[in-house]
Amino acid sequence: MRRVVLSLGLCLALVAPAAGLAAAQPAPQTTVNAIEGEVMCPVCGTLLELADSPQARREKVFVAGLVAEGKSKSEVKDALVAQYGKEVLATPEASGFDLTAYLVPILAILIAAVALAYSVVRWRRGSGRDGQSAKGKPAQAPRGEDAERLEADLSRYDL
Amino acid sequence: MSTRSFLAVLAVLAVIGLLAFGLLNKGATKIAVGDPVPDKTLPTLPGPGEKSIADYRGDWVLVNLWASWCVPCRQEAPILEDFYKRNRDRHTTVVGINVQDNEDDALAFLREHPTGYPQLRSVGNERSKAFGSTGVPENFLVDPKGRLALIWRGPVDDEFLAAEVEPLIEGKQ
Repeated sequence: MRRVVLSLGLCLALVAPAAGLAAAQPAPQTTVNAIEGEVMCPVCGTLLELADSPQARREKVFVAGLVAEGKSKSEVKDALVAQYGKEVLATPEASGFDLTAYLVPILAILIAAVALAYSVVRWRRGSGRDGQSAKGKPAQAPRGEDAERLEADLSRYDL
Repeated sequence: MSTRSFLAVLAVLAVIGLLAFGLLNKGATKIAVGDPVPDKTLPTLPGPGEKSIADYRGDWVLVNLWASWCVPCRQEAPILEDFYKRNRDRHTTVVGINVQDNEDDALAFLREHPTGYPQLRSVGNERSKAFGSTGVPENFLVDPKGRLALIWRGPVDDEFLAAEVEPLIEGKQ
């Protein structure tokens, strides 16, 4: 019995520091890869995950350190902006001139949709008036020389 | 011109204007010898405190843009420190500006290469853009009136300092 108690005590003594260490290290809330795909290497002008310059390597170490500290993705991004400036973000900000990056495509799509709808309506109106000219007047039958030519062509081709 | 054509021309002009504005916003500033030095109050490295190049008005100032990850900056650091020690009694100083870096790495660099001259820190590319910089290191000699006397886009060495910078400070050029 004494031996069992001693063994248990020894096991506890071995496990306790490891458990304490695990408790001291917060669980990561994000991954280095998830961050590197969403931030830039400002010196290279490319995504951090694609960059391998000296500056990019230091930035990756900085990101890895923050991830290991248990910081969330937004906390890591905030820290990157504080150190490297706004250029480090791969997506433009939703304010100031950068807002145009979001607004211009939306406006372009709206304008294109309106133009397309207008064209379709016009085209359908035009095709719906068979036998009428584009301006809505009835098409005139050929007269004189034109009528004779039409008649000759029709009889030549037996139509 | 019909209303439709007018609107089309207006749309094209708006797109061109937007592109031009974007390009101008992104473009680096062009600076030249004789221009006032681009200046801004920046935090000192290490902190706390703030300084600007204007604080040294009346002295010659060799502004050095550097980053901890830049290998030529490491080679240049002791040369700049020697230059500072040789010239500090001649109304001349060096001001280091750390750019495109993170603060911990910059401080580690300064522990490895201690400097007697002041060091400032600029977040991101902001000061690099102001100096029209394309990389690091870059060096700018500012005269006692705050105007650029020399622009050198690269690392300096003893020969360059002796041949190009010191004669200006001594008034021989």
